[in-house]
Amino acid sequence: MLSRVAERLYWLARYIERAENTARMVMSFNLVSLDMPKTVKLSWKGLVAVTGTDDIFDEHYQRDDERNCVKFLLADHYNPSSVFSSLKSARENVRTTRDLVPSEAWEIVNELYLFARDNMDAGIGKRGRYQFLSEIVQRCQTLTGLLAGCMSHDPAYDFIRLGRNLERADMTSRQIDVGAIRFLKKASDDPSPYDGLLWTSILRSQSGFQMYRQHVKRRINGADVVRFLLQDIPFPRAVAHALRYVQEALERLPRNEVPLRLVMQARRHALGADVDQLISEDRLHDFLDSLQQDIAEIHDAIVDTWFSLEKAA
Amino acid sequence: MSIDWKSYDPTPFYDELIQSRGKPRPVAKKLTDYLSSLDDQELQTRKQAADHAILEMGISFTVYSEGENIDRAWPFDIIPRVIPKREWQTVEKGLVQRLTALNLFIDDVYNDQKIFRDKILPKYVLNNSKNFREQCRGIHPPHGVWAHICGSDLVRDGDGTLFVLEDNLRVPSGVSYMLENRQVTKRVFPEVFENSSILPVDEYPTQLFDMLASISPRPQDFPEVVVLTPGIFNSAYFEHSFLAQRMGAELVEGADLVVGDDDCVYMRTIQGLERVDVIYRRIDDEFMDPEAFNAESMLGVPGLMRAWRNGKVGIANAPGSGVADDKVIYAYVPDMIKYYLDQDPIIPNVPTYLCVNEKEREYVLEHLDELVVKPANESGGYGMLVGPHATKKQRAEFAQLIKKDPRNYIAQPTLSLSVAPTLCEEGLEPRHLDLRPFVLQGVRTDVTAGGLTRVAMRKGSLVVNSSQGGGSKDTWIVDEEA
Repeated sequence: MLSRVAERLYWLARYIERAENTARMVMSFNLVSLDMPKTVKLSWKGLVAVTGTDDIFDEHYQRDDERNCVKFLLADHYNPSSVFSSLKSARENVRTTRDLVPSEAWEIVNELYLFARDNMDAGIGKRGRYQFLSEIVQRCQTLTGLLAGCMSHDPAYDFIRLGRNLERADMTSRQIDVGAIRFLKKASDDPSPYDGLLWTSILRSQSGFQMYRQHVKRRINGADVVRFLLQDIPFPRAVAHALRYVQEALERLPRNEVPLRLVMQARRHALGADVDQLISEDRLHDFLDSLQQDIAEIHDAIVDTWFSLEKAA
Repeated sequence: MSIDWKSYDPTPFYDELIQSRGKPRPVAKKLTDYLSSLDDQELQTRKQAADHAILEMGISFTVYSEGENIDRAWPFDIIPRVIPKREWQTVEKGLVQRLTALNLFIDDVYNDQKIFRDKILPKYVLNNSKNFREQCRGIHPPHGVWAHICGSDLVRDGDGTLFVLEDNLRVPSGVSYMLENRQVTKRVFPEVFENSSILPVDEYPTQLFDMLASISPRPQDFPEVVVLTPGIFNSAYFEHSFLAQRMGAELVEGADLVVGDDDCVYMRTIQGLERVDVIYRRIDDEFMDPEAFNAESMLGVPGLMRAWRNGKVGIANAPGSGVADDKVIYAYVPDMIKYYLDQDPIIPNVPTYLCVNEKEREYVLEHLDELVVKPANESGGYGMLVGPHATKKQRAEFAQLIKKDPRNYIAQPTLSLSVAPTLCEEGLEPRHLDLRPFVLQGVRTDVTAGGLTRVAMRKGSLVVNSSQGGGSKDTWIVDEEA
């Protein structure tokens, strides 16, 4: 398989997963913001910050109010991680690899892109937001399901799984970070009863509420939710689970030594974390940062190994 | 109501299916009888079935001016064009003869240049040739063949004579449409296929692969053959991907290839670098190798010319083949056939006036309202003047162009191109068409059974190019004796 083609499939999967997760994040933050009393300030800018794009945001906006933040996360083309930018990039990648995926894949992505483009105003406005975002999530899931169910599980699919799970591990760690912001704010006089709401919403954003209930069986609390989203093996959107599938996809590819070693390190890193201690020592955010660093290194190794081959050795 | 051939009147043109009003040509009789048996509604149903099949197969043709719209359904007319096998056998011989002479000519141009010394062709045509490549001098590609794939455009005039209108020796396209048109027609008119002997066309991808394999620098069972495309924004991308799939070859872009210090060409794969033996390139010479040609090219592969010159990779068509694509050189092809093969041309040229010659230029300038004027090195029907259809202002503009750069213009009489019944909104109507057969030359030479019939869908139009609103038809070579 050509390196270029592998790279495009990998990015197709990453962009779709990114669009889906960003939509999920905005959706849950949106819901929880409706529950919070006026006295508790939820910072939409914090949401921008966890996606790692606050520098770009500051270049374009003076005010970090809800509308600007939501527009930035969903629609802005100069935000390379916005839902719209992600879908646009996904579409470019699948368009140039149409021969390798089931033909419906192109149709789904193309229609998804057109849907997002034509209904973006509804997503930015308050009233249509929920519906718009759940449609995005659903359509992304349709693509994932189609590829899992109708595409040969060959190297081309391995690159898709690689991209999807690496992006998912990264995005889930950022979701946890949304909650981590709250731990830091604890120092101030915010009434803590509302923390439960926030963690519930973070779980919901990952469709993980029921799964958490069944598997953790304790009332929702920050440390347990962090453990669940970080270290749970059976839950498919948990970091540890996603990294395991990154590893599995890597194991099937040729010349995989370097990225494989890195992903095993990252898994140990995620599973070995003592969540209670991280929270009590205010180090959760730093820990998540370093985990995201691990993920970036795995990505770099994937690029070096398979995508950017230079001259003959 | 069914088709009534008595109400279909192609006069004053030569019709491919109908001899005279109500009287089909013998070779087309089975088809026209069959069509008469269908009522209007049935015919429309068949047309819809064809449209649906095309959509499903994803046939598309990009037109540059349409910007972001990559896909546009390729207009297809369900009524086939029919040619008797006996006539086709002569055409085939003529096409083989022509390409053989053209390849001898290209090889001569880049090596001994005997044809100029013997004064058969004036040397000036090289000095002003856009597609002559100095970098190709002294190279001897395998089998002496430069243009491996040739798509020559044939037209029929009022009395039924076939002429070669032009030779496309750079990167001729359209063969995928020939193949898909047949698939579609088989679905739409299976009954006719059962009852007549229509020569198949499906061999092409295999023949293409065999031809490409025959120019591999490493004789082996499984040469690595790739199709080099400029990418998805190219108008013929569909065809590049189609042919790659049919041949089981990798479809690559310039960035996928790299030339090593050993002058071999490699492609970047997830397994590492893999050696490439033969490149079927679908990009123009100028963009192939920024080291040798256009340094700005982002599409090419640095060092590719070096690899080819040193015999480490086969390239089809060979760089520099386009020198014979020139319409001024076209005028000399009958002389070439005589000179290199000592034969008379089997298929005639369209009479051509070279504006570079003073007397002919004067004639052209005086008769602009009767002639078709073409630039010597354009393809796709761009930049030409159809005298009888042009305005006074357009003709005056062309007169200036010709005077300014006479070497770059030729003129031909406006042919009354043949027509064939075409299903239009108004019903069955005569529309002008041409034919592009594809000829493959390697160790051996193969000609497609028929080719791509292109039809000018607009009433009265003579321009059949897909880039200018043309469509296509399936072409049947029918063996009447079988």
